[in-house]
Amino acid sequence: MPRISVTVDGIRYDEEVEPRLLLVHFLRDRLGKTGTPIGCDTSNCGACTVLLDGRSAKSCSVLAVQADGCDIVTIEGLAAGESWHPMQKAFHEEHALQCGYCTPGMIMAAIDLLHDDPDPSEEDIREGLEGNLCRCTGYCTIVRAVRRAAREMSQEQEGAAAS
Amino acid sequence: MIPASFDYVRVSSLDEALETLREQGEEAKVLAGGQSLLPLLRLRLAYPGTLVDLGRVEELRGVADRGDHVLIGAMTTHYDVVASPVVREHCPLVALATATVADPAVRHRGTFGGSLAHADPAGDLPAVALALDMEFVVRSAAGERVIPAADFFLDYLETALAPGEILTGVRVPKLGPGWGFHYEKFHRTAQAWAIVGVAAAVRRSGGVVEEARVALTNMGPTPVRATAVEQAVRGAEPGGNGGAAGGALRAAAERADEDTDPPADLHARPDYRRHLARVLTHRALLAAAG
Repeated sequence: MPRISVTVDGIRYDEEVEPRLLLVHFLRDRLGKTGTPIGCDTSNCGACTVLLDGRSAKSCSVLAVQADGCDIVTIEGLAAGESWHPMQKAFHEEHALQCGYCTPGMIMAAIDLLHDDPDPSEEDIREGLEGNLCRCTGYCTIVRAVRRAAREMSQEQEGAAAS
Repeated sequence: MIPASFDYVRVSSLDEALETLREQGEEAKVLAGGQSLLPLLRLRLAYPGTLVDLGRVEELRGVADRGDHVLIGAMTTHYDVVASPVVREHCPLVALATATVADPAVRHRGTFGGSLAHADPAGDLPAVALALDMEFVVRSAAGERVIPAADFFLDYLETALAPGEILTGVRVPKLGPGWGFHYEKFHRTAQAWAIVGVAAAVRRSGGVVEEARVALTNMGPTPVRATAVEQAVRGAEPGGNGGAAGGALRAAAERADEDTDPPADLHARPDYRRHLARVLTHRALLAAAG
């Protein structure tokens, strides 16, 4: 069985995996990272989105063996201790969820979006999150949350640059 | 669902990949970005004996300006294709269409060559390859051969690639000045598979359409070149005297569904696809000639 070495949320794991094991099952079943949910069987819902070497990826469409040597961040790796990531905070404050099932993937995809475009318009956000489906909110509050997080993250950066 | 069992070989060079394919025979399947293949494996629609993973073959990645054409490495991700200044400058139609493929997470991993070799009739890139007369560079243990786009797509999910062959890159001819481009598609939001798509390139001189290339996505088991439209639109004056000019493009677009064989599926019936092809072709011509 192939042996892989991956870093997940800052911790390194060396594991033997069956080639057919999907990354999402590796994260959930092997590492207990159940913060990353499985929402569909067709790769279109985006609920299982994680950051793979810094870029968003649907962990249902990646084999664990393909991730060998990679750095993975899940929703569980975002908060710094007790302090939430600005995107998590913005989703909370703008009520950008109801059932919460899409939220982990939505937050990971939104963080990836700001990576390329720190100040996205409403349209940019809607397009940037087109791979993530939400069946509760109608997306309006999600768009507001991403706008809010973008503002806060750019202020944080300005603050860091000034100090 | 969980895929059926398979063996997995990660190769680090093209030669190693070719050797592995030769050893494994017809049971082997090449894994590129996996964004089409993995969903198929999960639904158990494919049962390869061995996956040969090209993910770490660096020589197959990247975009190069080769004078009269641009060479796009087969393992270049959609994200990198869209971001490439060379692609944007010399092959804007490729950048436009690739930006509509699936969603950002899929574009981070899915590859240019993988999409073309998968040859899904609802995929966006095959029609663009056909419209631009791209050339497919293919390697096997026996050497290299080049397949024109017009000969590459044979049937539903079937290409001219033989067992033991690997698509290494695609040559995109530079069209030169005077061309306008557009890719127009109608799709449901999730995953963005085209119900129908139209790739159009139009060359104008003095306000008159001199040459047009139009190809259709998902109007048959393979992408289709809309040759009737290409001929009918020649000589049209899109910018001239208002209604009559718009009428010439519309009249040409009315021929978009000639010689097509659109499928029926849960998204659309064939007659609706024919209607879409005509409407979207008109829009694509207007945008490309504008």
